[in-house]
Formats: sequence, C-alpha cells, structure tokens
Amino acid sequence: MSSQIVSLVVNGEPREFIAKPGTTLLAVLRDSLGLTAAKRGCAQGSCGTCTVLVDDRPVTACLIAVETVSGASVRTLEGVAAGGDLDEVQSAFVDNFATQCGFCTAGMIMVAEALLDRDPDPSQEDVAEAISGNVCRCTGYQPIMIAILDAARRRRGESPKPVPASEETVSREEKVSR
Amino acid sequence: MTYRLAPIDKDSFAAEREDDFTVIGSVVQRSDALGHVTGRTEFFEDVAPPGMLHLKMHRSARHHARIRGVDLTAALEVPGVTRILTHADIPNNLYTPLKLIGVGPDDEPILAVDKVRYLGEPICAVVAESEAAALEGVARIRVDYEDLPAVFDVEEALAEGAPLVNEYHGRNFFTYEGHHCRRIRFGDVEKAFAQADHIFEWRYESAPIEQAPTETTGCVVVPQADGRLRIHSDTQACFFTLDNTALILQTPFNKLRIVGGTVGGGFGGKVDVVVEPVACVAAMTTGRPVKFVYGRYEEMQVSSPRAAERIYIKDAVMGDGRIIGRKVTLYVDSGAYARHTPYGTTKAAAHLPGPYSIPNVWADCHCVFTNRTPSSAMRGFGVTIGDFALESQMDRIARALSMDPLRLRLLNAYRDGDLKAHRKVAEGTALVEVIQKAAEMSGHELPEAYRRMSSTTREGL
Repeated sequence: MSSQIVSLVVNGEPREFIAKPGTTLLAVLRDSLGLTAAKRGCAQGSCGTCTVLVDDRPVTACLIAVETVSGASVRTLEGVAAGGDLDEVQSAFVDNFATQCGFCTAGMIMVAEALLDRDPDPSQEDVAEAISGNVCRCTGYQPIMIAILDAARRRRGESPKPVPASEETVSREEKVSR
Repeated sequence: MTYRLAPIDKDSFAAEREDDFTVIGSVVQRSDALGHVTGRTEFFEDVAPPGMLHLKMHRSARHHARIRGVDLTAALEVPGVTRILTHADIPNNLYTPLKLIGVGPDDEPILAVDKVRYLGEPICAVVAESEAAALEGVARIRVDYEDLPAVFDVEEALAEGAPLVNEYHGRNFFTYEGHHCRRIRFGDVEKAFAQADHIFEWRYESAPIEQAPTETTGCVVVPQADGRLRIHSDTQACFFTLDNTALILQTPFNKLRIVGGTVGGGFGGKVDVVVEPVACVAAMTTGRPVKFVYGRYEEMQVSSPRAAERIYIKDAVMGDGRIIGRKVTLYVDSGAYARHTPYGTTKAAAHLPGPYSIPNVWADCHCVFTNRTPSSAMRGFGVTIGDFALESQMDRIARALSMDPLRLRLLNAYRDGDLKAHRKVAEGTALVEVIQKAAEMSGHELPEAYRRMSSTTREGL
C-alpha cells in the first residue's frame, strides 16, 4: 500500500502530511509535526503517556493508525493555553506538586482536560476513573487527583483548594477513601 | 497556594534544634514544573536530529549457551539495514561499571563474544534507516547455540559441581579482598546461643524487582563536526556514563558530551551504562546520529532489577526480649554479571544487624552469580530487602514472646554511644524517638517507662 495524504486539525490548525498506512497518530505528532509533549512509554496502549484528545475524547495515540482519524480534531498538551498563561489544570498541577519526573504529565493533563470539559464537578471516584489508564511511577496518584479536583474548583470560579490545617495529617488510606 | 500534609515535629531533640532553616518548612516550586505542565521539557527521545538511524539489539534466546556461530546474511539483506555491529566493532568490549571506583575484574562484554550468560544478553546491534527495518533485521539474525546447564538459585550456584556462570570471576561469587563474602565478626554468637532463653531462626526471600520507569532506557548520539559525540541520554548518572563510555570506546573523556539530567523515572534502573557505548560506536562507524531506546519488553526483561535476596537470620533472645546474638547468612543474586551488586552486597553487610544494639553478631553476605538478568541499583539497594527480613524477624520474635513489637524494638534500639558490630560508635541515633512518635500518632499505648526512653540516655535499659 502506498502512502497517503492525511489531514487533521491539530490544536485548531489544519495540518496535512504524508503517512504510510499504519503510521500511528503518536508518530505523526512527534516525528512529522514536532509535537513531542505526548510520550512513548509502552507503545501498546497500557501506560497512557501518549494520551491526546481526538474529537474531545482521550485516546492513546500509540494505538491509533492515523489514516483512521483523517479529518479529526486533535488536541495535545501544546494546545492547552498555547502562548498564554497556564490554564486551571496546569496551574493546579504546579501548585499541588502533581508532577515529578514529568513523563506522565502530558497524558494526565489531557485526560483531566477531557474530564473537566464533560463534567465540571467530578467526584474523587470520577477522577480516579478518568486517570485509571495512565501510569505514574514517581509523583504518586494522590497529588494528581488532588490537583485535578483543585483544577475543577478553579474552573468553576471557586478559589483554589484551601490550605489544609497542619493538624490534618490524615493517613493515606483515609484520603483515598474520601 | 501552599500547604503541607504533615507539620514539622519540633518537639523531638528540641535542645539540638536551631530552626534557622531557610528552605525546610517552606514550599518551593520545582524548577522543572513549568516545562512539565506545558510539554516543553525536553526528554532525550524528543531530540530528532535529521538523518537519524535506529539501533535495535539481537539478544540471547538462551539462559546459558556457547555461541557456535552467528549468521547475519538475511539480516543484512533487509532494505534499510545499514550496518550490524558485533563484539569485534567495540574498541574495549569488556568492562564492569564500578571499575571507576576500583572494583574489578572486568567481567561483562558489551556484545557477546563466544558465550551468553543470561536470557536477553546483547549479541548483535542492527543499525537501520527506520525502527521497523532495524527490528526486521534483528528478527532475521540466526545464532547457533550450544546449550550449557544453567543455574538460577543462589545456594545451588554455590554448591559443589554447579555450572560456572562467569569465567572472569572463576567462581560463582564475587571475591572481597580474598574472602568469599562480606563478613561481620563481633563478639561470640555461638556463646550467645548457648546462653539464650530462646533461639529463633527464620528464612526470608525476595524476587527481583523491576524499576519500571514510564520512560524506557535509551539515548540519541549525535556526531559533531569537531569529532566529538553529543549523547542525549536518560541516564541517572551523566558523568559515570561519560567516563565508562569513554573507557569502552577507548577515547579521551573530552571527546564525549552528555546532555542529560531529565529522566522519565529511574529509581536506580538507569545507572548501568548499557545503551550509550554501542550507540556511540554506531554513530562513529556511520557518521550519523543514532537512537537506541529500549522497548517496554526490553525494559522488563533486561534492564537490571533490584537483586533477589535470600536471608537466614538466627537470633539468641532472652526471656525479657533482649537480643544477645544475631547470626545472618545473606545471599544477593547478582545475575550473570557484577554491575553494582558487589557494592549492594557490601551495603547489605553494612546495614546488619539493623538499628539494634546486639553484643554478638556474625554475618556472611554473599554476592552470587547465576544465569539470571544482572541485578543492579534500585532505591536503597542492598538495604531494603535486609530491612524487610530484619523487621519481619523482630515482629515474629515479638509474636513468639507475646510481646508488644514496639516495646521489643525500643528495648533493643541502639543509643548514642553504643558500639555497633562494625566497630563504629553510634551517634545521632533517633530510632527511639521515631518509634515513640509513631506510637503516639497511631494511638498505640506505651507504658510510661517506654515513653521516657531516649536515644541520648540509657534510661529504662
């Protein structure tokens, strides 16, 4: 099979490129378009580091043959608050120490964006469900969940998460079950 | 917005505190956080120089075998395959990473020569125009093996008649200054066993643990116009990697430049120098940039895990809970090569007998070679598994004596001024206070006598 021209709308811009059949959306974003925020962690759809939004739905870009989404709208981390201030999710990730090595961060933020676009007031269970396909190996899931709930609060126009009183030394188990 | 989940404890060691901290107790934003949340942090694989070639490794399909022959014919016919490297292409093919601190002998080939010693050992490196062509080339290499008996168990490896894993060591263990293991001899444990009210002996064992970083091990090597090589790497140890790579390439250190420090998770799994040397040789022989990055399967199968350990602990214990003797026989599974495990085994010995004052201690800590994946660094390697065993032992003793496990530990915890088994005087100890605080926070009642104990006095002993 020969290569074909594929069109996508990437972060609001129409883009065209030539791709061999079976080229993954991740390879196109990283190698053809130079958008490297989405990462290759496992190349088999199980770690979520390559998560981007295709027509507003989070997908693992390493599993998508790009010709199957021709014409779709793709959103990557580069398209979040591009050129401007951080958006609510990004600033909540910074303030809540929800990023450490940073390799899972792009995927985590993109699933958070999709979640908050669809549900401005998610529960902790909703957040856990949303990030359940994304592996983090160093930050830990708890600061990430706290950050996403905080981002929801900020996006609703409420003030950022109040500073917990220092005596609020709840155990990990208690926090998770909340 | 700043907050902390737990307050700083200012009560313990109050007399020793000055509280003039300028950073501890305040919240400081990570310097790399803005890059991470905007996707602008540059990881090594985000570098894509024009004309880059891809390297993939053909690996051993056997645990232990002699290599009778390697047939590259079909692999070289794959369109896009430009070069296949073998051991003959590596200037200094034999190394060990800790030679930088004087540990030897060199015991591991970069690419296998006449023998493989573990499943997944690198044999030939295929360099190609695309990742797909490199993988196709790897699949078409044919290796003719003559299988050898393999050994996967540390005690079997040390038994008479076990197959010899690594000829460079001559025996299936690492030799420490002429001794077959790292040893501790302090007091007389046999006398302690004779005097003890109880003797408790149990065995502990752990499996290898993979660090499983989200970013796999890899590098991109870019030849420079001035003849130097620029190495974009996710190593956790830039200078260690640079020095070892230079020794393997037999090139002056200043011919290499490492661009690193941005690591997508490492946890100790990215300190072995396993991708840079062969990628550098590929870049030197082709004059083009080369990327060598592990797939997830390689990361799981061949990146060096935390070592498996087997630990026997035999304790002489008095009726009141005082431990008067501790004998430990500890085996660390180094896999087929030394890597960082001789050092890890030394750390294991240094950590015995745990943070307790025990007057009679005997320990033999063996660094053992088997036909398993070479083990290496991971978060506190050499120490954490020993702690698992030691603290499990403490809990089991407490249970056997129907004693509160915290009181058992407080009774035996080392205090400032105690002579440890390594003939070092303990100073700055804090175990007593940590246990007291843990008890308080978890609502575990301690009698007044135990609450009054201190690391700096001998009260209550």
